Amino acid sequence: MTTVTKTPQATEPASASRDTAARTRRSERRLALVFLIPTVGGLALFTFIPIVGSLVLAFFKWDVISSPKFVGLSNFIDIVADGTVRRSFLNTILFVVTTVILQLSVALGLAALVQSKLPGWLRSIFRSVFFFPLILSAASVSIMMSYLFNQQFGLVNWLLGHIGIPAVPWLNSGPGAIVMVILVYVWQNFGFSFLLFLGGLASIPREVYEAAAIDGASGWRQFSRITLPLVSPTILVASVMAIIASLQIFDQPYVLTRGGPGDSTRTAVMVIYESAFQQLQFGRASAIGLVLTVLIMLVTAVQFRLSRRFVFYS
Amino acid sequence: MTTNTLVAQQRSKRPLSARLASTSKIVFLAIAALFTLGPVVWTILTSLQPPTESLGATPSLIPKDLSFESYKAVFQQVDMVLLIVNSALVTLLCAVGQMITAAMAGYVFAKIEFRGRGLLFGLVLATMMVPMQVTIVPVFMLIRGMGLSDTLLALILPAIPTAFGTFLMRQYFLGLPDELGEAAAIDGAGPWRTFFSVYAPLATPGLAIVGILAFNYHWNEFFRPLIMLISEKNYTLPLGLVTLQGNKGTGSVATILAGVVISMIPALFVFIFGQRTLREGLTAGSHR
Repeated sequence: MTTVTKTPQATEPASASRDTAARTRRSERRLALVFLIPTVGGLALFTFIPIVGSLVLAFFKWDVISSPKFVGLSNFIDIVADGTVRRSFLNTILFVVTTVILQLSVALGLAALVQSKLPGWLRSIFRSVFFFPLILSAASVSIMMSYLFNQQFGLVNWLLGHIGIPAVPWLNSGPGAIVMVILVYVWQNFGFSFLLFLGGLASIPREVYEAAAIDGASGWRQFSRITLPLVSPTILVASVMAIIASLQIFDQPYVLTRGGPGDSTRTAVMVIYESAFQQLQFGRASAIGLVLTVLIMLVTAVQFRLSRRFVFYS
Repeated sequence: MTTNTLVAQQRSKRPLSARLASTSKIVFLAIAALFTLGPVVWTILTSLQPPTESLGATPSLIPKDLSFESYKAVFQQVDMVLLIVNSALVTLLCAVGQMITAAMAGYVFAKIEFRGRGLLFGLVLATMMVPMQVTIVPVFMLIRGMGLSDTLLALILPAIPTAFGTFLMRQYFLGLPDELGEAAAIDGAGPWRTFFSVYAPLATPGLAIVGILAFNYHWNEFFRPLIMLISEKNYTLPLGLVTLQGNKGTGSVATILAGVVISMIPALFVFIFGQRTLREGLTAGSHR
């Protein structure tokens, strides 16, 4: 930054530098404006206005063809009364609970093993392998899994047959389909929590373990008394991110089962999609979306509370 | 027994149990790795069987004769070239668009002071809290109103402004010293020059993160294409493959899996050449 001297002798250069300073300031403002327009304007157009639109639409009945009609809370009353919507939210909660628990425990276990004493090359191989499914498309993964788990020709049932388990109707029975959606989702997404845990574990100083080993603490004791408490901030972050992501589960159940058999794997986002783009009930779809958003915000709020109370920060 | 052999026994005992522990650890990790990679390997092997064989009643792990017939078949059954071109167009334009706009906005939020900057940045971040599935209905209306429904632009335009990318780039620019800009100003560079010739070139690693994340996300995305695209000539690869799988009568398993393998190739490249960058970007959101 240029400094302006106030001595009378320096009047001329001072006003000149004040001029340039003002010019710089103006051109800085112009740059700020031009640089912000695409992002701020874009987000306003494609996120802010749609949020408001969703809020408003939730209180209207609208099928695009006729003009929107204000119906008050009746969309919300309808969705509470609707068995399919209720079932889809219960399914979503079931998926959230199961996938988050599975995903986090698999990820933490594997991360702890990978981060423990291992030859460097093995560690980097395992790190890459467990992260790999994350980069694939959920649609492709679901297609491939639907063949692997095929009741008659699938490799999974063929292998299970060798240990005496009769062919499981994965896609054709309610419980089978639910288990399969959970497995496919966890298979693809545990790598994300795994990455977070690797970061969290790397920040625990080695000396803590060495001291514990000298005191004769076993591997399991070290894990439960040192690793778990010290990694708890990461567990919180990882679980919140996993919960928010799985509340929006769509691709896997859509490709695997289209929500069936019956409604057994229908999820909240799937009902939004069907209400809006198949039944053309846009108000109702928005109302369901609002309920989902409130759920997501609740999770975030709980995170804030918990992180102040329970989590150990060194 | 002499004390000497006792000591020797004890000494050899510890390393043995330690070695056992570390071997069982590696075996366990290897089994987990097998479960992780197994489905992908099976997919590749099956896609290398001729189209008819994969319909057989006994699943086989190793194909009897390798052939690329299924790959030929998938190109005949759907317009794979068009699907790939559409996907590539959407992915590249989204990635480049996000890199440019995020760099610009991130720079302003990091380096240029103005009133209300904090509030504005807070609003930008707040947009990340609302899931895309919730805003999709109004976005769809908006796109229709703009006359863009059933075009690739319907996927590209709304995806270019990125709150997360802006957040990443702001972090990146905050890490670059202010003195660089001050030195440039003393040398007579205006704000634009300062950005384009001093800061922007230094921000390439941050840009790479934004670009790779966008590439990976949009190459794989399914929900928005499913909603925005109607005619098959506009389909992207994941949508095309799911449609092909839906019409099961037309394709054998090997044929569809050949398409799946093709759809994985770009992701594989990202994995091999940009894995570090991708890992950094994916976990960046958790340090908020």
